[in-house]
Amino acid sequence: MRLLLVLVKLLPLTVIKKVINKIFEGLLMFSSTITTLTVLLIVLFLFKEGISVFKESPLEGENVIVLSNQNKVSHLTSVEVKKIFDQETTNWKFVGGANDSILLFTFNDLSNYFSEEELGPAFEFLPNKMDSLIEANPGIIAVFSKKYLDKNHKSKVATIDNISPKTFLLGKEWFPTANPAVQLGVLPLILGTLYVSIVAILIALPIGLATAIYIAEVAHPKIRAIYKPVIELLAGIPSVVYGFFGLIVIVPLIQKTFNLPVGETGLAGAIILAIMALPTIITVTEDALRNTPRSMKEASLALGATQWQTIYKVVIPYSASGISAAAILGIGRAIGETMAVLMVTGNAAVMPHSLLEPLRTIPATIAAELGEAPANGIHYKALFGLGCILFIITMIINIWVETISKRRVNR
Amino acid sequence: MYKIESKNVNLHYGSFHALKGINMAIEKNTVTALIGPSGCGKSTFLRLFNRMNDLIDGVKIEGSCIIDGKEIYSKSIKIDELRKRVGMVFQKPNPFPKTIFENVAYGLRVNGITHKNYIEERVEICLKQAALWDEVKDKLKKSAMALSGGQQQRLCIARALAIEPSVLLMDEPASALDPISTAKIEELIYQLKELYTIIIVTHNMQQAGRVSDSTAFFYLGELVEFDTTKKIFTNPTDVRTQNYITGRFG
Ligand SMILES: Nc1ncnc2c1ncn2[C@@H]1O[C@H](COP(=O)(O)OP(=O)(O)OP(=O)(O)O)[C@@H](O)[C@H]1O
Ligand SMILES: [Mg+2]
Repeated sequence: MRLLLVLVKLLPLTVIKKVINKIFEGLLMFSSTITTLTVLLIVLFLFKEGISVFKESPLEGENVIVLSNQNKVSHLTSVEVKKIFDQETTNWKFVGGANDSILLFTFNDLSNYFSEEELGPAFEFLPNKMDSLIEANPGIIAVFSKKYLDKNHKSKVATIDNISPKTFLLGKEWFPTANPAVQLGVLPLILGTLYVSIVAILIALPIGLATAIYIAEVAHPKIRAIYKPVIELLAGIPSVVYGFFGLIVIVPLIQKTFNLPVGETGLAGAIILAIMALPTIITVTEDALRNTPRSMKEASLALGATQWQTIYKVVIPYSASGISAAAILGIGRAIGETMAVLMVTGNAAVMPHSLLEPLRTIPATIAAELGEAPANGIHYKALFGLGCILFIITMIINIWVETISKRRVNR
Repeated sequence: MYKIESKNVNLHYGSFHALKGINMAIEKNTVTALIGPSGCGKSTFLRLFNRMNDLIDGVKIEGSCIIDGKEIYSKSIKIDELRKRVGMVFQKPNPFPKTIFENVAYGLRVNGITHKNYIEERVEICLKQAALWDEVKDKLKKSAMALSGGQQQRLCIARALAIEPSVLLMDEPASALDPISTAKIEELIYQLKELYTIIIVTHNMQQAGRVSDSTAFFYLGELVEFDTTKKIFTNPTDVRTQNYITGRFG
């Protein structure tokens, strides 16, 4: 301690100041580097987990699908498997085989074919029995655990493709826990997200812009003094509360107005998201509008432009980049929003055909399913894949809006 | 009949009494200079005539301002119509971040004029009037922000002329300019007198002497003296005017 004091006394003040400055500089650099690195690591982690979904077989657990050796078919896609077990496909000719009807066999059917004595107390005769059963029925498709596969099986194990990027992105069915083959088509979720967000922003942007213009340019200062804090307050309300509001007010309203079986629809989600995005859009736009130099507005008015002409021709072009920032933030909020949307959209992971049907968004899916997906399973990884897609969508939108606003400014 | 008149005008910014009972009458096609120390109310007075003060919160205006025999503060006057007749050039050049062409065309466009040839014609005439044409005729489509300060100010003058006002208000139009640009603007004012009635605020006594027919001396919100420029500069009645023009204060 004393040493430090002596040191301080010895050093001239300017040197101490310099050292302090350097330390601060170092701290700032350190923290910004850490932040950047953290963000990068998160993205890296997300993509590493997400991409690993493509290394997984869609078959649940250790299951195998076994076909008779006489069957021409030896390869099935996971969609085909699902259709077969859903009994949508009932004949081998539809999946490239002979004209022969398909016989399903799962473990539940075991007792229909064999008595307990035949299988032995620990199922030790099962593999052999299974093998002969399959060979006796050329049209059979059996699914069972790998461990019951006979060592010298005559039947053949069908190869099933891993989840490919194409089936992942363009698949229309999302049944991550389906048996025997999971269906991981995320197209309905992507479309659900895009529909809801786009409609939300289409509602929120004009209203937000109009409100911001009113508050910034038209309203009496006293009115502004009331409106602005109220709108800012709206931004602080937790999203569950919005969701609750949507569930109680908007959902029944939509159900009644459009005479629907259920009110939990994409439209309800879009409206709630629009309301949630409004405060951000309004405050950011309003700030941008108010940043227009007074001299620009005066120049326009002095040339005989009306107030509206001035707003349209001077104020809005001048704040274009601020307005697009508001749009980005609004879209960002809409796309990433989870809770409220989860509450009001009905959560049906089906291809959305209209906004008056239940649908499901990517964040809602992740939030709802992550808890029940076994860690490192295919479902779990697929949810990470969804996270990657969400990330990419937001990034594309950001870049897109950015280029639009740049073009506007340059003109 | 006078072109412009103010009768017993009082203006308050909130509780601050900025113009105190101003009476002034200005003839058509003359140049009137407003002089006086900083903060005496010259800009405020100038901005009365295109109702720019209306934009400021808490402004209270009493008395009457008349242009072409009509009270401009009456309810029946449309402010944007008034501002088309009363153009203004500001102290600091304030071109729009648009092209040179669009800056000059702005007033025409907000007036609903869409005829392309007419607009092109007006832009050229006004840029010539403002002595800027030769310098910018090859870069009309370039941004006005790339011009020098003096060029920008002349552009603002051209912009004000485009809608053919009958009155031109100029608030220290040459204060930010070099002597050559200043001389160009003074020359311009001299020529514009033929067509316009001009009121110009200036801190430059020589400039007031050179360009104006009449001069008004303001002091602390009062109009101390208003007379021909010659009289004000050679034989002022009020001792405060005398002190100001001889540089004893201000
Ligand atoms: N918006 C305003 N709010 C309150 N007071 C103002 C406002 N504008 C001007 N004033 C006050 O009114 C008085 C006159 O201002 P004005 O701008 O007319 O002066 P000026 O003679 O043009 O001065 P300068 O030569 O410096 O431009 C000043 O005392 C100023 O402080
Ligand atoms: Mg002034």
